Amino acid sequence: MNKIFLIIKREYLVRVKKKSFIIMTILAPILMAGLIIAPVLIANQDQQNRLIAINEETPRYSNKINDTEFTHFTIINQDEADEIKNNILEAPYYALLDIKDTSFTIYSSQQISLNLRREIENQLEIIIERDKLKQAGIDIEIIESSKTNINIETKIIDIEGKTTSSNTEVSIGIGFITGILIYMFIFMYGTMVMRGVIEEKTNRIVEIIISSVKPFQLMMGKIIGVALVGLTQFILWILLTILISFFAELILIDASEITTSTDNINQSVILNEFTKLTGGIDLITIFISFIFFFLFGYLLYSSLFAAVGSAVDAEADTQQFVLPITIPLILAFIFIQPVMDNPDGTLAFWLSIIPLTSPVIMMVRLPFGVESWELLLSMILLIIGFILTTYLAAKIYRTGILMYGKKISYKELWKWLSYKG
Amino acid sequence: MKKNILLTVEDVVKKYGDYTALNKVNISVPESSIYGLLGPNGAGKTTLMRIINQITAPDQGKVTFNGEKLNKNHIKDIGYLPEERGLYKKMKVGEQVLYLAQLKGMSYNEAIEKLKFWFEKLEITHWWSKRVEELSKGMAQKIQFVVTVIHKPKLLIFDEPFSGFDPINAAIIRKEILQLRDNGTTIIFSTHRMESVEEICDHIALINNSKTILEGPIDKIKDDFQSNTYEVILKEKNLVSSQEFDILSKNENNYKIKINDNFKLNQTIDIINKNFNIISFKKETPSVEDIFIKSINNE
Repeated sequence: MNKIFLIIKREYLVRVKKKSFIIMTILAPILMAGLIIAPVLIANQDQQNRLIAINEETPRYSNKINDTEFTHFTIINQDEADEIKNNILEAPYYALLDIKDTSFTIYSSQQISLNLRREIENQLEIIIERDKLKQAGIDIEIIESSKTNINIETKIIDIEGKTTSSNTEVSIGIGFITGILIYMFIFMYGTMVMRGVIEEKTNRIVEIIISSVKPFQLMMGKIIGVALVGLTQFILWILLTILISFFAELILIDASEITTSTDNINQSVILNEFTKLTGGIDLITIFISFIFFFLFGYLLYSSLFAAVGSAVDAEADTQQFVLPITIPLILAFIFIQPVMDNPDGTLAFWLSIIPLTSPVIMMVRLPFGVESWELLLSMILLIIGFILTTYLAAKIYRTGILMYGKKISYKELWKWLSYKG
Repeated sequence: MKKNILLTVEDVVKKYGDYTALNKVNISVPESSIYGLLGPNGAGKTTLMRIINQITAPDQGKVTFNGEKLNKNHIKDIGYLPEERGLYKKMKVGEQVLYLAQLKGMSYNEAIEKLKFWFEKLEITHWWSKRVEELSKGMAQKIQFVVTVIHKPKLLIFDEPFSGFDPINAAIIRKEILQLRDNGTTIIFSTHRMESVEEICDHIALINNSKTILEGPIDKIKDDFQSNTYEVILKEKNLVSSQEFDILSKNENNYKIKINDNFKLNQTIDIINKNFNIISFKKETPSVEDIFIKSINNE
C-alpha cells in the first residue's frame, strides 16, 4: 500500500511540475474568464455619450430622430456641415449624418461602431416606414396596437408538486459543455497514461520497477496519479476562472452603473446573471455527477489506454489498438446532438446506461432532469465496467511491458489474457 | 567448510502458451558466492531471473530463499540489474535513486544515507541534481548499479552485466562486485559470454533449451570434464608419441599431449624425464565454453 502511494506521488508530482501543465492551468481560466467578461465589457464600452450632427437641406427626417440614452443628435446647417467635413478632427461631434433626399451618409474621423450605425438605421427605417404608411392612409395607431410579442415560460413540476422555471437553452448549454468536457478529459488524460506507460517501457525502467512492485500496482499508481493531476487541473480551472472573472469585473466594469436594475447592489453582475439563467437546474447534482463520471469514465478508459501502451514499443504503433477503444467514446460524442433533441428517448436512455458511452451522454441528459434510479444504475454499471476493464487491462499490461521488439497482433493480446501471473 | 545455501530452485516449469520457457530447472546458490547462470540467448535465463525476482510466478516447482518459500518480503533482499535497463530520462538523478530505493522498501532517511555513501564511493556526488538525459551512457550505468545495490540486498542478480558497460566502468563495477561478495553478498550472473565469467564465478549452472544441463562448483565441473591433456615444454624438440601418450599438437619445443587410459600421470612424467629435460608440465583445464559445447553435444 505504501509503495502504490509512492508511485502515485511520483506520477502526480512529475506532471504537476511540468511547464506545460502550469501554462495550461493558468491560460485556460484566463481564456474562460475572458469569454465570460468580454460580452459584458463590450456592451459596457459602447455606453458612452456621443453627440451626432445632422445636416438636411429641408428637414423631413432630421427633426424626427430622437435622442437615445447615450446618443444625442443636433441639427446643423449646410455651412457648419461643410466646415466639419473639411476639418473633422476639430469638430465637437462624434460623427456627421448627411441626409440628401433618401440617401444617408455618415462622416466620422474613425470607424463608427456597428451598434451606433444600426441604431441610426433603425430609427430612420421606422420614420420612413411610418411616412409611407401615412401616405397610404393607414392608421399607425392600429399597427402599433396589433404588435405582439410572445415569450413562453417553461416550468417543471417535480414529484412533490413544486414548480421551478426552466430554461431549455441553458440546459442544452450545460449538457453540451459538460459532455464535451468529459469527452476531452478522458481523451487527454487517457493518452497521458498511455504515454507514461510507453515511456517506462521504452526507457527500460519498467523491469527495475516491477522487481520491486507488482505490475498492477505500477499501473494503478500511474492511473490514479494522472487522475489526481486531472482533478487538480479541473479544480484550479474553476477556482481561477471565478477569481479572475471576479477581479476583472471589479476592475473593468463600473458596477454601480449596471447593477442599478437589480435589487442587491453588492451582488456580482455575473453571478446574478448566472443564477438567473440556471434557475431550476440542479447544479449540485450536475457538479457531483460531473466529478463522478469524469473520474470513473477516465478510470475505465485509462486502464485500456495503459494496456495499449504496454503492448507497443513506440507511440507510432498505438494507432491500430487505440482506434477500437476510442470508437465508443467518439460515438458518444456524435450522439450528443440526437440525445439533446430527445433527452428522454430510448437512444438517450441506453447510451447513458452503457458504461462506455454513459460518462458523456449522462452529462448531456442531466440538465434536462433524469430519474434518480437511472442515474444510480448508470453509476453502478460504470463502476462494474471499470473493475472489469481494469482486470482485463492488467493482464495484458503485465505481459506487455516485458515484451520488446515484437509486433503485437490481436491474437497475441488474446493469448496474453490466458497467461498466469 | 560447507556454505549455507541461500537460494534453491527446484523443478521449476514456466510456460507461455504453447512455449515452454523453463522445463524442470534446478539450481542451488550458496551464500556469498558468485554464481554464473550460463547459456545461449533464448535458453530461459531471463525467465528464471524474473521468477527469482517475483516478476512472474512459476507454473510448477518451488523456489526457496534463505530457508523460506520465496515471498514478497524477500523483495527488499534482492537487487536486480536487468539486461534491458534504463531510467526516467527527465527525472533528476538523486530523486530517481531515492524513489527506486523507497520502492524497494527503504525508508526515506535510510535511502538518503545509503545514496550519499554510494555516490561518494563512486565519486558521482555532483550528479545529484542532473537529469538523467544529461548523463552519458556510462554515467547512467553507474547510477543503475547504485540503484541495484543501494538497499544492501542479500542476493544480487545481474543479467548480462557487462554488456553495454565501457571497459573502465566494467572494471569499477567488477571491483565493487567482488567487494560485495567478500562482505557476504551472494551474486548471480547471467550471461551468454562464457569467457567473461570464468575467472569471477565460484559456481555455475548451464542452461540450454529451457533445461539445466550442468550445475555445481566450477572447479568440480572442470575436474569432471578433465580430458587428461597436458601442456609440456621441453628443452628438446624431438619428442614423439609412445604407448603411454599421444602428441595432439606440437610447436617447436611446446607440446600438447594426451595421456592414454590405463597410464598414470607419474609414470608418464618419469618416462619423459628419463630421456628429456622438462621445463614445464602443466595440466590443461577445459574452458567453460569447451565444457558447454561438449555437454550440449552429449545431450
